[in-house]
Amino acid sequence: MTVEKFSYDNKIVRDFAIASIVFGVVGMLVGLLAALQLFAPVHNLGTQYTTFGRIRPLHTNAVIFAFVGNAIFMGLYYSLQRVCKARMFSDLLSRIHFWGWQLIIVLAAITLPLGLTSGKEYAELEWPIDIMIALVWVVFAINMFGTIFKRREKHIYVAVWFYIATVVTVAVLHIVNSVEIPVSFFKSYPVYAGVQDALVQWWYGHNAVAFFLTTPYLGMMYYFLPKMAGRPVYSYKLSIVHFWSLIFIYIWAGPHHLLYSALPDWAQSLGVVFSIMLIAPSWGGMINGLLTLRGAWDKVRDDVTLKFMVVAVTCYGMATFEGPMLSLKNVNAIAHFTDWIVAHVHIGALGWNGFLTFGILYWLIPRIYKTSLYSKKMAAFHFWVGTLGIVFYAASLYWAGITQSLMWKQFTPLGILQYPNFLETVIQIIPMYMIRAFGGALYLTGVVVMVVNLIKTAKSGVLEANEPAEAPALEKDYVDKSTKHRWLETRPGKFALLATIAIIIGGAIEMIPTFMIKANIPTIPSVKPYTPLELQGRDIYVREGCYTCHSQMIRPFRSETERYGEYSKAGEFVYDHPFQWGSKRIGPDLMRIGKKYPNLWHYNHMENPRNVSPGSIMPNYDWLLKQNLDNSTLESKINAMRTLGVPYAPGYEKQALQDLTKQAEELAADLQKNGAPAQSNKEIIALIAYLQRMGTDIKGDTTTVK
Amino acid sequence: MFDNILTSIEGIAIYPIFSLVIFFLFFLGLTVWVLKADKKYLEKMSEIPFEK
Repeated sequence: MTVEKFSYDNKIVRDFAIASIVFGVVGMLVGLLAALQLFAPVHNLGTQYTTFGRIRPLHTNAVIFAFVGNAIFMGLYYSLQRVCKARMFSDLLSRIHFWGWQLIIVLAAITLPLGLTSGKEYAELEWPIDIMIALVWVVFAINMFGTIFKRREKHIYVAVWFYIATVVTVAVLHIVNSVEIPVSFFKSYPVYAGVQDALVQWWYGHNAVAFFLTTPYLGMMYYFLPKMAGRPVYSYKLSIVHFWSLIFIYIWAGPHHLLYSALPDWAQSLGVVFSIMLIAPSWGGMINGLLTLRGAWDKVRDDVTLKFMVVAVTCYGMATFEGPMLSLKNVNAIAHFTDWIVAHVHIGALGWNGFLTFGILYWLIPRIYKTSLYSKKMAAFHFWVGTLGIVFYAASLYWAGITQSLMWKQFTPLGILQYPNFLETVIQIIPMYMIRAFGGALYLTGVVVMVVNLIKTAKSGVLEANEPAEAPALEKDYVDKSTKHRWLETRPGKFALLATIAIIIGGAIEMIPTFMIKANIPTIPSVKPYTPLELQGRDIYVREGCYTCHSQMIRPFRSETERYGEYSKAGEFVYDHPFQWGSKRIGPDLMRIGKKYPNLWHYNHMENPRNVSPGSIMPNYDWLLKQNLDNSTLESKINAMRTLGVPYAPGYEKQALQDLTKQAEELAADLQKNGAPAQSNKEIIALIAYLQRMGTDIKGDTTTVK
Repeated sequence: MFDNILTSIEGIAIYPIFSLVIFFLFFLGLTVWVLKADKKYLEKMSEIPFEK
């Protein structure tokens, strides 16, 4: 038994910590801006780069991939080295991973406000960045598995299983959901359309929650919580059972985001069943976390890191109980499209991800700087102000969501809608939006206090960039890479393979039938491809992030068919790359907006929504009236669409511009006739053309509004 | 794009049945393994974070 001397890389941990904090502050500031925009449109700041439709994806991407992403790498790089008793596989790969990830974040921060988006929630980044993400992720994977293979500890601790599942599954999700056809350097169309696109998107979206916001954090919980409490995890058996159940079951539950939509019913039911089953493994994790503190609760009183951990794990339990409840169809009928969902995800983001990150930061920074925390008082203040912030945020949105939903569904005794004007239901909850912003501001205040506290802490010590350690070498026969496939016979190899099989089975059975069986998407003969002008208009709709506030999915409830018109059918979306069903109604559904209002109404409404709807919180889109429509990529767009199966005749791309011009001139002439100073070459014309087309095909009605 | 590949799969019902069987057997195996697991081994595993 020779004892080997080596060192842990703390510098990379410190770097990821800084990145997480910096982007956390930025992401939350952007979130606060979005919250202000929702009760006072003036905060859209009058430029197209800062409107809600572009800011909201920036906020979600910044919080998920920049704040939480960097925090994952921080916690993972720290704990993985220690439970493997090995330095990270390669310092160079660590650096490439770090700078690559930050570059991706910066590119996201530039492209999203510019309106360069693929229009799929939490996967908005365009194709060149998607490729970069995949490459950096592979670097990270090599670095992680390399570390596991050269470990000096024979056994693989439970935290590492969660890390392996994370690395493998995120790669699969990202690649499958990002298959797209480029039409230019920053514009692409997803290969999936309509219902299929929705299914893939929410298989991805739901499992981003599972494998980006949950499994890596559970892994960190299993390492840091025992360390903080000074006692091992409550039940190692439970951790084994709950790990495998979690990754097996989570992957199936994606369709619960699409209940009562045009998704085939069997797929919806599958999603509901697995969502209910998910309570068990999720609560297994929560119970294991909380019971680790049995007999150590006295420590929670004076150890602020444990306070953060307890609230984080409790919020995890709340969110993972609420999720399955929201998946029940009768509950979902009320909650879907409302602020209830926004409250739900923020219990997870602010409570579980945020607080666990803060707890780890308060514990970790003093240790790698070989000092003690600058101020326990400030940390305690952060804890209380942050907790209060979560309460204000969530409570106000629960109130808002349920209020608005009940107003949408309310009929008078005569059987007509009590609140036929959607705007009435929005104005009703504006005070709640103010309280939400206040809650967010409180939470952010706590974070700023933490930043000061941690900077002072770091200044009082010195970073131990390479922490010396020693451990006996592993018996060499244990990891033998002499033949090519030997890695599969090692435990981490088997593990990774099993985990992959588990998630692929679930994903495949969920998706294959919808892709392969025609009966799942009944065709509607009268549904035709978009004209070139409408296609351009649709791309503007995607660019401006209209889907962040407007759904295109009328559910089969009387309250919705009364308000909007005929419910949405699967066959209506067959040419929609990407689908734009949306997941939140800050404004009314647009599925049947076509021909509902004259062109002039849309023109005035887009210039300033308050021209036609006093009290509206929608941003102005006046630049659409001034910007020329860019038709330079029209040919490649038509070609790309044809490749994807949209039946444009061969050679139609040559004629497309002519057709577009003709339709635009007709539309502009109508606007001019009614007194609007419209020009046919502006973006607004294309957008109006798309809006007037929307949802009209099944009516088989080609007359225009008089 | 995909809808032209296949219009139907023969015996689609075998998919969910097959997966249910796989998962059920896996969980059965997992439960048996966990219940029979060596207490000393599990204790050692949960001590890993504390080894210096």
